[in-house]
Amino acid sequence: MSTTMDQVVKKAKDSFGPIFDKSLHDLVRGIRSHKDDESKFINEAIDEIKQELKQENMSVKANAVNKLTYLQMLGYDISWSAFNIIEVMSSNKFTFKRIGYLAASQCFHEGTDVLMLTTNMIRKDLNSSSMYEAGLAMSGLSCFINADLARDLANDIMSLLSSTKPYIRKRAVLLLYKVFLNNPDALKPAFPRLREKLEDQDPGVQAAAVNVICELARRNPKNYLSLAPIFFRLMTSSTNNWVLIKIIKLFGALTPLEPRLGKKLIEPLTNLIHSTSAMSLLYECINTVIAVLVSISTGLPNHEASIQLCVQKLRILIEDSDQNLKYLGLLAMSKILQTHPKSVQAHNDLILQCLDDKDESIRLRALGLLSGMVSKKNLMEIVRKLMIHMHKSEGSHYRDELLSKIIGVCSQNDYQYIANFEWYVSILVELTRLEGTKHGGMISLQLLDVAVRVESIRQFACNQMAILLENAHVFILGSNSSSVAEVLYAAAWICGEFSSSLKEPEKTLEAMLNTKITSFPGHIQSVYYQNILKVITHIIISSENGGTVAKDLVSMAITKMSVFLSSGDVEAQERASVVLNILKVVLKLIEKSEFNPNELTVLFDGVLNPVASKAQRKVAIPNGLDLDAWINDPPSESEDETVPSNPYEYSKQGLFSDDQRENYYNASNLSSNTGDNSPRQYTELTSEELDKQRETRKQSEHLNPFYIKETKKSKSTAQTNVSSAILDSSDRSQPAMSKGTIPAGLQLVSSDQLYRQSKIDQENHRLKNKSKADSGSAKKGKKSTRKTDSAAADNVDENLYPAIKVTRGGELPEGATESGNEDNDEEKYVGKNKKYDPHRALNIDLSEPVHVVPPLAPALAVPEPISTVTEQLTTATTKTKKKKKTEKDEKPKSKSKRERTDYKQLSPGDEEDKRVASPTPLQPPAATSTIVETTVPKEKVKKKKPKGKESTTETLTSAPLVRDIMGDDDINPMSSSNQQANEPAIYKSIAESEHLLITSSITPSSSPAQLDVTFLLKNRTSSIINQIDVHVIDSMSSKLLNTTSPNHVSFPSISVFPHAEYYIHIYFAITAISFPQKLKTTLTYTINKPSSENSKETIEFKLDLPCSQYLIKKTIDSNAFADLMSSSTLTSQSHINIPSSSQDFPSILKILCQSYRFTVVDQIASAASLYSESVLGHPIALLLKSSNGIAIDGKSTEMHFLSNLLEEMKNFFK
Amino acid sequence: MIKAILVFNNSAKPRLVKFFEHYPEEVQQRILRDTYQLVSKRDDNVCNFLEGGSILGDNDCRLIYRHYATLYFIFCVDSSESELGILDLIQVFVETLDKCFENVCELDLIFHADKVHYILQEICFGGMVLETNLNEVVARVDEQSKIEKQEAGISAAPAKAMTALKEMNLPQKIKDIKLPDLNLNLRF
Repeated sequence: MSTTMDQVVKKAKDSFGPIFDKSLHDLVRGIRSHKDDESKFINEAIDEIKQELKQENMSVKANAVNKLTYLQMLGYDISWSAFNIIEVMSSNKFTFKRIGYLAASQCFHEGTDVLMLTTNMIRKDLNSSSMYEAGLAMSGLSCFINADLARDLANDIMSLLSSTKPYIRKRAVLLLYKVFLNNPDALKPAFPRLREKLEDQDPGVQAAAVNVICELARRNPKNYLSLAPIFFRLMTSSTNNWVLIKIIKLFGALTPLEPRLGKKLIEPLTNLIHSTSAMSLLYECINTVIAVLVSISTGLPNHEASIQLCVQKLRILIEDSDQNLKYLGLLAMSKILQTHPKSVQAHNDLILQCLDDKDESIRLRALGLLSGMVSKKNLMEIVRKLMIHMHKSEGSHYRDELLSKIIGVCSQNDYQYIANFEWYVSILVELTRLEGTKHGGMISLQLLDVAVRVESIRQFACNQMAILLENAHVFILGSNSSSVAEVLYAAAWICGEFSSSLKEPEKTLEAMLNTKITSFPGHIQSVYYQNILKVITHIIISSENGGTVAKDLVSMAITKMSVFLSSGDVEAQERASVVLNILKVVLKLIEKSEFNPNELTVLFDGVLNPVASKAQRKVAIPNGLDLDAWINDPPSESEDETVPSNPYEYSKQGLFSDDQRENYYNASNLSSNTGDNSPRQYTELTSEELDKQRETRKQSEHLNPFYIKETKKSKSTAQTNVSSAILDSSDRSQPAMSKGTIPAGLQLVSSDQLYRQSKIDQENHRLKNKSKADSGSAKKGKKSTRKTDSAAADNVDENLYPAIKVTRGGELPEGATESGNEDNDEEKYVGKNKKYDPHRALNIDLSEPVHVVPPLAPALAVPEPISTVTEQLTTATTKTKKKKKTEKDEKPKSKSKRERTDYKQLSPGDEEDKRVASPTPLQPPAATSTIVETTVPKEKVKKKKPKGKESTTETLTSAPLVRDIMGDDDINPMSSSNQQANEPAIYKSIAESEHLLITSSITPSSSPAQLDVTFLLKNRTSSIINQIDVHVIDSMSSKLLNTTSPNHVSFPSISVFPHAEYYIHIYFAITAISFPQKLKTTLTYTINKPSSENSKETIEFKLDLPCSQYLIKKTIDSNAFADLMSSSTLTSQSHINIPSSSQDFPSILKILCQSYRFTVVDQIASAASLYSESVLGHPIALLLKSSNGIAIDGKSTEMHFLSNLLEEMKNFFK
Repeated sequence: MIKAILVFNNSAKPRLVKFFEHYPEEVQQRILRDTYQLVSKRDDNVCNFLEGGSILGDNDCRLIYRHYATLYFIFCVDSSESELGILDLIQVFVETLDKCFENVCELDLIFHADKVHYILQEICFGGMVLETNLNEVVARVDEQSKIEKQEAGISAAPAKAMTALKEMNLPQKIKDIKLPDLNLNLRF
C-alpha cells in the first residue's frame, strides 16, 4: 500500500512541478521518521531550503521560510536567511506576508542589520487597508522593533491610534510601549494620546492602554501619580477583571509614594473583596490592601478590620483544596507577617498544617511563615516537628531549607524565644549529624554565638562539644560531600576558650591531639592548634601539683604536635609551629624550675564580647578622611558583588572560606585574642619578651580607640541547671541519622529528651500551680477559682521560662547608639550595580508640559525670551507663593531657580491656601517678568487683582486632579499634573448649589471645530451624588455632541463620592465663531441620602463661551508669518489701546500667551507679533506695540470675531 | 509582562517557542531544557506556580504552567502579571486551540506550528495580553484563514489533494488531549 502511495506522490510531484517541493508537513514528518540521524536529515533539509530560496517563485520562497521558522524552534540559527525573510514579508499576498512576518518575529531582533531595509515596507503595511495586514505588521514590529524603527514609525503608529477599528487601535496602543522602550523621546509627546485611550469606547483598547500605562508606571511610579484619579474611576466602573487586576496592581505600586491614595483605596478594595467571585481579583485586591496597610501603618480607622478581612480571606484560600490558591494564600500571608505578625499568628494551626503538604513549594512557603509563628511556648514543639520532617524528607534542598529555617527561627531576635538553651545546643548538635548538608558553617556559627552570648550554657556546651571532639573521626568520614566538619571549628574553639568548664580537660586534650587533624580544612586545623594550647594552659593552671603534671603534659603534647608541622595549609602550619615552640619554651622553663603558669595564661587573657554588626559603621570617621575619594584611579565597573547582610547567608558557600572569613570574625569577634598577639614564627620567646609584648599590647590597646575594652559584667543571675538525671538517663535513644554513628553511651544529650523534660516541667508547674490554686479556691469559692486559674496560667509562663541572660545585640563604639534603619545603605548599593534597564530612560516627568518653543527669529532674539508655558506657569506659582509667604523671599537669588521647582511640588497646607496660592494665569502678575523679583508688598498685589467678574473667580490648578479622589484631604501631589499635557487647565466657578460646586474649563478639543468643556463637580454633601445629566440648549453656532437625547448628555456611570471631585466632559461642535455666546445650561443630579430617599436636584446656569475660547494654540515660523502678513488674505483689521497704567508690556504678552492661546512669533524690546488660530482655522495675527500705553493691532479673516476678541481683551485689561 | 511562552511535550520536544525578548537560539534551547527540568519532575496535583529564579537572566521570573495530557504549556512572566490571571490565559489559549483545530491533539501542534503562532498572536502581543475573549480570538483567526483560502484559490486545489493523499497514510490521529474540568477560578 505504502509503496504505491509513494509512487503516486512521486508521479504527482513530477507532473505538478515546483509547487510540490517539500512542505512544512513533509519536513516535520521527515524529522520524525529520522529519529536516529535527525541532525543529518535537517542539514540536508537546510541545503534544500537554500536552493528553494534561490528560486524566483514567491510561493516556493515562502514555503522555504516557513520551514526555517520551524527549524528555528528546534534551535537552528536561521539569521542567514534574513534577506529572504524580508522578501517574503514584502509579498503582496497575505498568506506569504504572514509567513514572512512570523519568521521575522521569531528570528529578528534589534541588532538585525537588514531591519533598516524594512522601514518603508512596514510603513506601507501599517497603513494597509486590510486590518489584518496592519495587525501582522504591528505584531511583527512588537518583536523586532529597534531604535531606528521606533523613531521612524512613531508617527505612523500614533496615527493608527485613531483608527476606526478597535482591532488596530488595540495593537497600536500596545505597540506604543515598545516604541517608548526603544525611543524614550516619543513618550512625552505621545502620552496625552495614550491617556485618551484609557477612555476609549472599546473595552479592549481601554484594557490595552491600562496595560501599557501599568507597565510604564511600574518602573517609574512617581511620574504617573497624577493618573490616579482616572484609574480610580476605572476601578470603580470597570467590570473587566483583567483591567481591574492591572489597575489594582498598579495602585499597589503607587501607594508607597502617596499614602493618602492608599486611604482612599481601602474602601473600594474592601468592597471588591467582599463582592467579587473571581479568585484572581480577590487575591490581587488583598495584595494591594496589604501594600496599602504597609505604607500607612497608623492613622487608619478601620485598619485592624481590613487586616482581619485579608487574613480571613487568605485563610479561605489556604484551606482551599486547590493547591494554587493555597500557595498564593501563603505567599500573601508572608507579606502580612512582616507588619502584622499577630494577625497571622492566629492562624498558626493552618500554617503548621501546610508543613505536611505533599507539595514542596507549599511546604517551603509555609516554612517561610514559621519565623512569625513561634513564641516561647511553642518553639520547642514547632522545631521538633521540623526535626521530624527533616528525617522524613527526601531531597537535600528541602532538608537544607528546613535546617536553615530551624536555625533562623531559633536565633531570631537574639534567641528571643529560646527558653532552654541546653535544648537548643542539643538540637544544633543533632543537626550536625544530618547527611550532606551545606549548612555546616551555619551550625558552627550558631554554636559559637550561643556559647559566647549565653554564659550559663557554656558548661553544657563545652561538654557536648568535647564529645564531638572525641568523635571527630565521624566527621572525617562523612566530610567528603558535606560541610558538617565545620562544626568542629566551633567545638574546638568552645572547648579551648571555655576550657575551665570542661569536665575532663585531659580527655578532651587527648582527643584533640589524637585526631587526624591534618585532614581537615586549614581554618579548622588552625583553631585546633590554638585551642590545644588553651586547654593545656588550663590544665596546668588548675592542676594542684603544677610541676610534674605540667611536664608530662607538655612533653606529651610536644611529641604529638610535631606531627602537625607537616600540615598542608600555610596558616595552620604556622600556628602549629608557634604553639609547638611555645610549648618547647615552657618545657625548658619547667626543667629549669623557672616556670610560672601565669605567664602562659597571659596569652589568652581578656573576655570576649559580641560586637554589634553595625559597630564598624558606627565608628566615627576621623576628621580629614574622605572615604569617597579615590586613592587610585577608579577601576572599571565591577561585577555585582554584594556582601550579604545576613550572617547566615555566607554559610552557603562554606562559611570560613576566603574573604568571607573576615565577615565571620566581625560577626562574633573571635579574633581579638587569637592571632594578633602570637609571637613570631621560629623565635623563642623569653618571659621577659612576653611581658614586654604584653606591655606594648596594653599600651596600644589603650591608645586604640577602637579596641573593645573589657567591661565588668554582672554574672548571670538565672542559671539553667542541667539536670543530671537527664544526662545519666539510660533512656538515651539517639536516632541514627548519619552513616558514621557516634557510639552509644556517650554523653550527647538528645534534644528530644530535653523537650520531653521541659514538657514534664511544664506539667509539674501546672499541677503545682493548680494545687496552689485549688487550695486557695477551697477557701474562696468557685468564682475566684477561674481568676486564679488564668492568673496561674500567666505565672506558668514566667516560672517555666526563667530569664536566661543572653548578651543581646553587641558592643558599639563609644558614643554610638543602635538605630534601626541603616540597612537601607545596602539596598542602595545593590541598586547601583543593576544592569542597564531601558526603563530608566523612561523616567520622564509627564506632568511637565511639552515644551513648545515658539520659534524666534534669531536676529531678534531677546535676552530674556518668554518662551515656554512652563516657565510662565512656574513664575506665576512662585509669585503667588511669594505673596503668601514673604519670608521665603529673603532667599538669595541664586537659589531661586531650584526653589521654584520645589514650589511646584509643594502644595499648600489647607484648602484655602491652595486656592489662593494656585497659579492663576488670569490674574495679572504683580510685577515685571523677571522671575527673581523679590518681595512684593501685599497691598500692591491686592490692588492689581482683576476687578469684576474675575475677582470672584476661583481658579484651581491641577491639584484637584489628585484630590478628585482624595476628597477634602489636603495632599501633596508628588508632581503637579495638568489636565492637558501642554496646557494648564483654568477652572472658573460657574455655578453652585448647596450640594454641588461647579467649576469649568474650556479647551479646544483634539478634533477640529470642537470645544471640550470640562466641569469639575465638587460634592459638598456627605452623600453620593450620581445620575448626572447636562442639558444645554444649542445655539446657532454651537451644538452639543455625544448626546443621549437632543441637547442632553447624561453620565449614568458617574457617582461623586462625598466631598470628592469629579470631572465630566461635554463637547460642542462649533460652526461659527463670530460672536461670544452664553448657553443656557441645566445640570440635574440625584443625591443618595443615607436615609435611602433620593432627591433630584437641578442647577441652572449660563455657560459662557467668549470669543477667546475659540482660539487654538498654533505656532508659525517667522517667515510664514511674514508671508501671511504680506498676502492679502487677512482682510479685517482692528485696533485697541490699553492705557499704560494698568499693565506693562511683558505681563500683557504673557497673558495673551496663556489665557488667549497666542504664541509669540517675533519679539523685540517693546514690540511683539503674535499668532493664533480659531477652532475653525481662521488665522489671527496681533501686533503689540508699547508706546504710551500698549497698542494692539489685530488682523484676521473674520471681522466680527476679531473685533469681539479685541473688545474682550480690552475689557480684561481695564 | 509575559517574557516567554513555551509549549513542549513530556519528553522535552518543543512544540511552540515564543520569546518576547531576544535570546540567541542556543540560549532559547537552554531555557527550554531548564524549564523542562523544573516542570517535568512535578506531580500533577501540586500547584502550578514556580519560582523561575534566574532562568531568563534576571530574577523577576515566575513560571506558570499547565499540563494537558502530553503537553506542558508554560508562561514565563514577571511580577506585574497576576498568577491566576495567567493560568486562565493558558486555559483560554488551549481552548482556542481546541476550537481552531477541532479537538486539538499534540499532532496538530506538531504539524501546524505556524498556525499555533498565528493563534497566539491574537491573544498575546509583545508580551502583553491582547485579547482574552475566546470567541473574538477564534473569529479573527478564522477570518484570516479565509483570506488565505481565497488567495490560494484554485491553485491550491491540487496541493490540497496532495495533502489528502499523504494523510491517508497517517495512523489515525490520536485525540488525546483532554481538557480538564473547566472549574475556573474566574471567568472573563
